[in-house]
This record gives sequence, structure tokens and C-alpha cells, in this order.
Amino acid sequence: MSEILQTILPIVHSFGGDLFGPMLWPLVWTVVKIMLLLAPVLLMVTYITLAERKIIGAMQVRPGPNRAGLFGILLPLADAVKLMCKETILPKHADLKVFFLAPALTLVPALMTWAVVPFSPDLIVADINVAILYIMAISSLGAYGVLMAGWASNSRYAFLGAMRSASQMISYEVSMGFTLIPVIMLTGSLSLIDVVEAQKDVWNVVPLLPMFVIYFISVVAETNRAPFDLPEAEAELVAGFITEYSAMSSGVFFMGEYANIVMVSFLGALMFLGGWLPPLEILSFIPGLIWLGIKAGFLMFVFLWLRATFPRYRYDQLMRLGWKVFLPVSLFWIFLTGLTLHLFGMA
Amino acid sequence: MSIDFKQLLDSFTLKELAQGMAVTLKHFFKPNITIQYPEERTPISPRFRGEHALRKTANGEERCVACKLCESVCPAQAIYIEIDKNSTAEKRLTRVYDIDETKCIFCGFCQEACPVEAIVMGPNFEFHGESREDLYFTKQRLLENGDRWKAELDARIEADGKYR
Repeated sequence: MSEILQTILPIVHSFGGDLFGPMLWPLVWTVVKIMLLLAPVLLMVTYITLAERKIIGAMQVRPGPNRAGLFGILLPLADAVKLMCKETILPKHADLKVFFLAPALTLVPALMTWAVVPFSPDLIVADINVAILYIMAISSLGAYGVLMAGWASNSRYAFLGAMRSASQMISYEVSMGFTLIPVIMLTGSLSLIDVVEAQKDVWNVVPLLPMFVIYFISVVAETNRAPFDLPEAEAELVAGFITEYSAMSSGVFFMGEYANIVMVSFLGALMFLGGWLPPLEILSFIPGLIWLGIKAGFLMFVFLWLRATFPRYRYDQLMRLGWKVFLPVSLFWIFLTGLTLHLFGMA
Repeated sequence: MSIDFKQLLDSFTLKELAQGMAVTLKHFFKPNITIQYPEERTPISPRFRGEHALRKTANGEERCVACKLCESVCPAQAIYIEIDKNSTAEKRLTRVYDIDETKCIFCGFCQEACPVEAIVMGPNFEFHGESREDLYFTKQRLLENGDRWKAELDARIEADGKYR
């Protein structure tokens, strides 16, 4: 992979430099890189919606959507066309500027975090040395979109849903952050490439299995997915903060949600499952990109698997789990990791 | 205060969650049981109560003897019959025999009541109308149904006959 890149990149750079001039080319090149990154990400986001319906269908012993194209592969396309063609209904008392800013504010952070995700040691848009910090900071911005949606809709259900959603996201962000700290302690670096390279001998999931489990449950809650999809508890809150949204504006919310799922799956694969490293040295002939895809794909599958299995949590149970179980356990594990590192003189 | 250590262990190892997920995973690999309806169909019992039909005798005469038992037994009062004024004691005939399929509840009492197996409910459930008139079956439509589904209707009566 890196050999191919090293031969192609200079050619591309010299060609682009000639075409756009030395001033404009870095800008154009950045846009090209963003496009090259976002196209597969958005493709994954659209196809995880189909995968969700197919996998949950299979778990309920039914085929799921299978009419649009072969095995229903054209369904995301049909959904997109449907959402585009539908009428966007505007609530009478809504604050329209904020109302339309909110969906963008949930989707954009979800896509921004991809800038620092390495797909292999040299396939990365921005290799910054605080990548994990950056991801934590940007992903917590998603709560603003939710709150703004609930506030701007000027509707009781949307507002209550937004309140629930925001408190849930904030609560679980705490335990999610704490589960990542032992990984950073083991690695001694905040760069995602360093984190993966440090897992050469043994994946982080082995010494930090409880942290991985807590991380996964926390991100399920963080992304508002079943069984923690309280903001969308349709029996009580209609559709939570999305209640007043219709057509593509609600579609953007769902894209943000699915983009977050894909994002945290990749982050989990990088932080705990060894990223692009093969599980056995013999299997290293398979490219790292495929290994990362398999690992992240498995985590996405577990997201859907959970949804097909568990009933929804009650609100107080959710809060108790976050604050009274995950927080102390992850804090204790941070202490344990630090103690181990200190005793064995690794830090 | 005593702590149930087994319960504590079970909840910390997520035992029951794993059990639940094992169940859904098992079903994930099962072949699905969906019948893709227009292409695949479920078997239909000989007693299936579908669209009505009026049967004829072997020599092509109407079986119905205008006894009006079906009309009186019909709980939805969907049947309307008038006797042909030219009826004789040997040969009673209907002038009007209407079934309003929008009223019909498909209980099958009419075919149970019929002493000559004239009105029967066929195997066909794929009929529709785009107005009320389309679903108001006159005698002509019912006799046409009888001709159209003759083979199936005879086979159904044959198959169900030994249980009656």
C-alpha cells in the first residue's frame, strides 16, 4: 500500500501543482482528500441502514427488504429519493434558523472526526498528535445539535426528547472518555497511529476487556441506539427531538446518527482491536485496510445485534448504569492500570 | 446485609445479556420462513371461504331452488333473493340472486345452509372492486364464478365430503 502511494503521490502533486499553481494546489488537494474520505464514509452510512434492516430481519427469521434491486441493494437509493421528494413541514412557532442549523450540527461533527482516523499507517488525512482528544472534543458537539433541535422545534415532545438525549449523551461521554484513558496510559500517546502500533504484540482488548465492554455499551448509549434509544422512545415521546422534523431534515439527523455509529465502531477497532494489525502474523498478507474493515464491521454488526435483542432501558436505569456502575468501574480500572504500570516500571 | 455473590457475578459478567444475544444469533442463521406472497403461496384448505359462486348441475341448469335459506341465515344480511314468478312446484328458480360482498363477513353460513350445494364459497380470495357496484355480485356474476372455478369447486366438495 505505502509503495503504491509513494509512487503515485509525487506524480499527482507535480501534476496538480502545474495545473492549479503552487498557491491554490494545497487547498485543492485538501478538498480532494476530504472527498476521497467522505465518499466511502457516506456510502457506509447509507448502507448500514440497509444492513440494519437485513440483519434485524434475519434475526427475526424473515428476509428483510428484498424488492429494490438484487437483495434490496438499491433500497438506500430509493430511501434517499423518497426523503428528497417529501415535503419539509415547518412548525408554526419554530425558530427556523436554529431549526435548520440543528441537523447540520449533528451530522457535521460526526463527519469531522473522520479527519484523524487512520485507515493504515499512511492513509490518514491529518495525523495530529492529539487525535483522541480531538475526537472526544468534536463528538461531544453532537449534543448541541440535539438540544438546538429540541429547543427550536418549540414542541413539548421534541423538547423533552432533547433533554433526555442531551443528558444521556453527556453522561455516557464521561464513561466513554474514562474507558479510553487506560488505552492512552498503555500507549503513552494520544495519536491513533501510535495507539495501533503499540498493540503489535497483544491487542488492548486482552488486558482491558472490561474497559472494551464498557466502551462499547457507552457508545451505544452515546449514539442513542437501542436498547438506550430513550430519546426516540416512540411509545412515550413520539420521536424525541426529531418529532417536528420531516423529509430530508430528519434524514440528516439519521445520517448523523449512523455516521456516529460507523465512527465509534472504527474508533473501537483502532483503540481496542488492533486497528489494521492482523490477528496472526501469518495472516498479514491480507491488507490492513481489510482487517480494519472487518473489525469495525463486526462492531457495527453488534450494534444491530443489540437492537434485535434487547428491550429499551428505563430512564432511571440508564442514568444509574452510567453514573453508578460504569463511572466507578472505569475509574477503578484506570487506577489499576496506573498501579500495574507503576509496579512493573513501564511508565 | 447479605450480598448474593452469584447474582453479582452474573450481572458483572453480563451472563443474561450473552444468553439473550445467543438466542438472536441462533435465529440469525436459521433459514427465514417468509412466504413471498405473489410468487409463493400458502396451501389453502378445501374449506377455505373465499369468493362466492353459484353452481350448476351436470346438464347446465341452475342448482338453486330459491328456498331462501341462505338469505335468512346470513348474519350480515348480504344476500337478496327474489323467486321467479314462473316457478312451478317441480322447478323453483330465482329471478334475482344478489350478494353484497362489501357486507359479507365470509362466515360460510350460506353454503352450510344450502340444501342443494348451489351457493358455495370458492378458493379465490384475490378479487377486488374499485366501487361498491363492483363488489355487488349479481346472479350473473355468481354463475360466472361457478363456471370459472368449476373444477376447483367440485374438487373441494369431493375432498370435504367425507367429513360431512
